Amino acid sequence: MAKRSIPEVNAGSMADIAFLLLIFFLVTTTIEQDNGITRKLPRWEEVPPPNPPIIKKKNIFTVVVNKNDRMLVEDELMELKDLKKAAMEFIDNGGGVGTEGEKCDYCQGERSESSSDHPSKAIIALKNERETSYSTYVAIQNELGAAYTELRNREAVRLYGQGNTFTRMNAIYKDPKVKDDALKAKLDTRLKNLKKMYPQIISEAESKTN
Amino acid sequence: MAKFKKKKDGELPQASTAALPDIVFMLLFFFMTVTVMKDNSLMVENKLPEADDIEKLNRKNDRVMYIYAGKPVAGYEKFGTEAVLQLNDKIAQPSELKQYIHAERALRTEEIIPFMITALKVDKNANMGLVSDVKLELRKENMLKISYLSVKKPEVK
Repeated sequence: MAKRSIPEVNAGSMADIAFLLLIFFLVTTTIEQDNGITRKLPRWEEVPPPNPPIIKKKNIFTVVVNKNDRMLVEDELMELKDLKKAAMEFIDNGGGVGTEGEKCDYCQGERSESSSDHPSKAIIALKNERETSYSTYVAIQNELGAAYTELRNREAVRLYGQGNTFTRMNAIYKDPKVKDDALKAKLDTRLKNLKKMYPQIISEAESKTN
Repeated sequence: MAKFKKKKDGELPQASTAALPDIVFMLLFFFMTVTVMKDNSLMVENKLPEADDIEKLNRKNDRVMYIYAGKPVAGYEKFGTEAVLQLNDKIAQPSELKQYIHAERALRTEEIIPFMITALKVDKNANMGLVSDVKLELRKENMLKISYLSVKKPEVK
């Protein structure tokens, strides 16, 4: 008798099934990406430096958050949505001369006598209590960071042309997939220049316990 | 002619399954490269705050050191109802941070250490007291670059 052949399973649609699965996972999963607000902490000093530099009051922009998450900006109650504009006006004021005695020729502020002299001198002092909630703190840090980013973006577009915002150039510079060294070097000088024009000076006092 | 066999009626030609392993491997490799293994289970609540002025942080980058904080989740009530720190896979006190930083540094090569970034994954309902303690410890250990991890705010139009 002839051998009876085992009937084979038709696997022609297997590829379809695999692709269906692939598309299903592509649609449903989110590839988790960490995003964060990066900040630099001040160096720890065992003993405070003997002669702290004297800073004029007009060069300090105080932001105080209390335990009920209410915010005082320059001793006046302010809502979170107004913070960015106020911070930008303060940084961009350019009423006097900078740390090297130069005038701020790119500032577009009001050049008021009572506000900051130069972006390189303008200090934002952020103070919070221990009971302040973390979400409020991050929201405030976010607004302050956004104020600097917006100013840097404005100057970046003015100096390097439409589309070359600080945010975009920084993203390209930080992207590990970009291997073009010449481009990276160019972006590095541009970013350094912009950071020098608007250095991010956010000072944080140690929170008080009460 | 005898050379050509007559096809039997109604029988489908057999599909080749040779490519099937390729497909499965492709899927496997896709998920292997794309996903990140969860290396420690969270014992604390971890809903990140919202922000939009944010920078990307590469997860596979070995410069990044993670610190978690938040309220203990169900099952870990013995640690209280206030926000606590989680380092690796145990609940810790801010005073234990020093040890943790040293352990993390020991895992990395000498060249990377100055560029290490601390990623703070803090629950949005935590208070700043804990975060301030963490920041103070980090400053003492000269870990000055930090990143407050947050989720992207949905755009308001």
